[in-house]
Amino acid sequence: MGDFVQLIVSGTATGAIYALAALGFTLLWQAAGVINFAQGEFVMLPAFAMLFFIAAGLPLWLAFLLTCAVAMLVLGYGFKRVIVDPLIRHGVIPLVIATLGLSMAVKSTVRAGYSAEAHPFPSPFPDGQFALAGINISYADIGTLVLAGAIVIGLQAFLNKTVTGRAMQAVAQNTEAARVLGIDVRRMVLYVFLINAVLAVVAALLITPTYLAKFDMGDSIGQKAFFAAIIGGFNQTRGALLGGVLIGILENVVGFYVSPAYKEGVALVLFLLVILFRPEGLLGRSEERKV
Amino acid sequence: MNAKGIALIVALAALAALAAVMKRSDVYLMTLCCVYLMATFGLNLTVGYAGQMSLGQAAFFGIGAYCAAILLKFGWPFFTVLPVAALLCFVVGLALGFPALRVQHHYLAFATLGFNILVFLIMRNEEKITGGTFGISSIPRPSVFGFSTDHHLAYFYFTLVSLVIVAGLLWWLLRSPWGRAFAALRDNPIRAESLGVNITAYTLLAFAIGAACAGIGGVYYASLVEFIEPGPFHFSTSLMMLLAVIVGGSGRFFGPVIGTIVIILLPEILRSSNMEALKFMQKWYLVFFGVAVVALMIWLPGGILSLFDRRAKTPAKELAK
Repeated sequence: MGDFVQLIVSGTATGAIYALAALGFTLLWQAAGVINFAQGEFVMLPAFAMLFFIAAGLPLWLAFLLTCAVAMLVLGYGFKRVIVDPLIRHGVIPLVIATLGLSMAVKSTVRAGYSAEAHPFPSPFPDGQFALAGINISYADIGTLVLAGAIVIGLQAFLNKTVTGRAMQAVAQNTEAARVLGIDVRRMVLYVFLINAVLAVVAALLITPTYLAKFDMGDSIGQKAFFAAIIGGFNQTRGALLGGVLIGILENVVGFYVSPAYKEGVALVLFLLVILFRPEGLLGRSEERKV
Repeated sequence: MNAKGIALIVALAALAALAAVMKRSDVYLMTLCCVYLMATFGLNLTVGYAGQMSLGQAAFFGIGAYCAAILLKFGWPFFTVLPVAALLCFVVGLALGFPALRVQHHYLAFATLGFNILVFLIMRNEEKITGGTFGISSIPRPSVFGFSTDHHLAYFYFTLVSLVIVAGLLWWLLRSPWGRAFAALRDNPIRAESLGVNITAYTLLAFAIGAACAGIGGVYYASLVEFIEPGPFHFSTSLMMLLAVIVGGSGRFFGPVIGTIVIILLPEILRSSNMEALKFMQKWYLVFFGVAVVALMIWLPGGILSLFDRRAKTPAKELAK
């Protein structure tokens, strides 16, 4: 029983990180109609950027803040201006292909220009674990849960309680109507790209201590992010959260009780089950097609 | 027979004659191109004609290859293995495509991507069946009408003829009413549906036929390399195959030819070269390729082949639907 609870706790922590990446993915899809296949690389690049700042002698928190700023500029604004804006008028498929190309280019650049090795990454939380009612829980898991939870709640509050947040939701729901109501659609879409970049940096901060910084670390987290987004419901921000945590827990349970070799397959099986029985996702609403 | 047909026959004959005087390793590369072309021609049906993204073509390629390796080593004849592998991939394609295509367009991309990862895991972990990372070795080459294809040149001719047959069947399919329905549902799915085309069924069919083509390619691959392990069937191969179709020009019959030559031959040429500049390119090749894909999507989303008929038509817009 103790084992099981530990698996659930650490699975929830990992799932919360998937959820962060999935959240950015969902927001981009809702507000801008962008499916970003380079989402995993958006997590990998900040990991290396933080390592770079740490190597330059900065403490982790400062490296994190600086990386956030750089990521908003490059992965937020730059990505939107250079890749999304010229391509969005061609439709979804060319944009998807372009993000696939981008993902390959970014990965290979890190590999050829920097290193193909896995680099250790400092954990933002203290080592060790504490016992609670006979169950050992690591500080890292608790820290991850608290930080990821705080960010998700903060983001929800921002989207639901502030004028800007509600304007962003309006853009996501009906771009035309939002424009008629005098909302600066382009600005709101830009905000979504910036938020996505910051979410990716936080995901990098939390996951790299266990995954290690490596050029292909984004493959796995990118996949988990979009499976989580679909499982939860592509048009619901809460869905990404549920999907991420569900995948994290089930991966841990399957890895422990069934076979660690098939841990990576869990997300796919869950995804296929969900689209067979509840295609709009666990929390999603079905969408109407426009002619 | 029109001018294009004659040009094609002349080109094939020239290729066959050229192979006779080429080095063994070059003939091997050309055979490899033919094998990959079977898979990318099939993928073009899914991507270019039915308008679906598939990121799992290497998985079907691998299923075909492993199916061939296992059955050929059991002593099954090659021409029995071939339809079995194709049928297996077709059925698996239906089973995978059905849930994904019922929902939304881009879901097939995710489903095939995950499927590729799962298939790769099975190939690596189920040692009893697939040999795990050790793979399966000494896969026999077939005899065709009593002629052995053990010699590299004989196997190249055999593969080339088979490729022409596969491509010919696809050509015929695309000119049949079925094929026209594929294009119709890519260009405007809702209009096609209102004209009585069952979108889901046709898209599913296109995807499954594409998968079967990859399975056939896999069978030829297994016999060509005579040793298979999970490596070549990784998701990255699927990605390269998809990009090969897109770069050449998806929805154009000969689009995959250009793309496949770029992804198969170019890295090999860079690898075998001794020039310093090309050695540098070898390391950065994937970076340039990735950037080129992004640039191509921005300026020429119809692929390289669309350069030639830019003035005649504007096919770039078709892809965008």
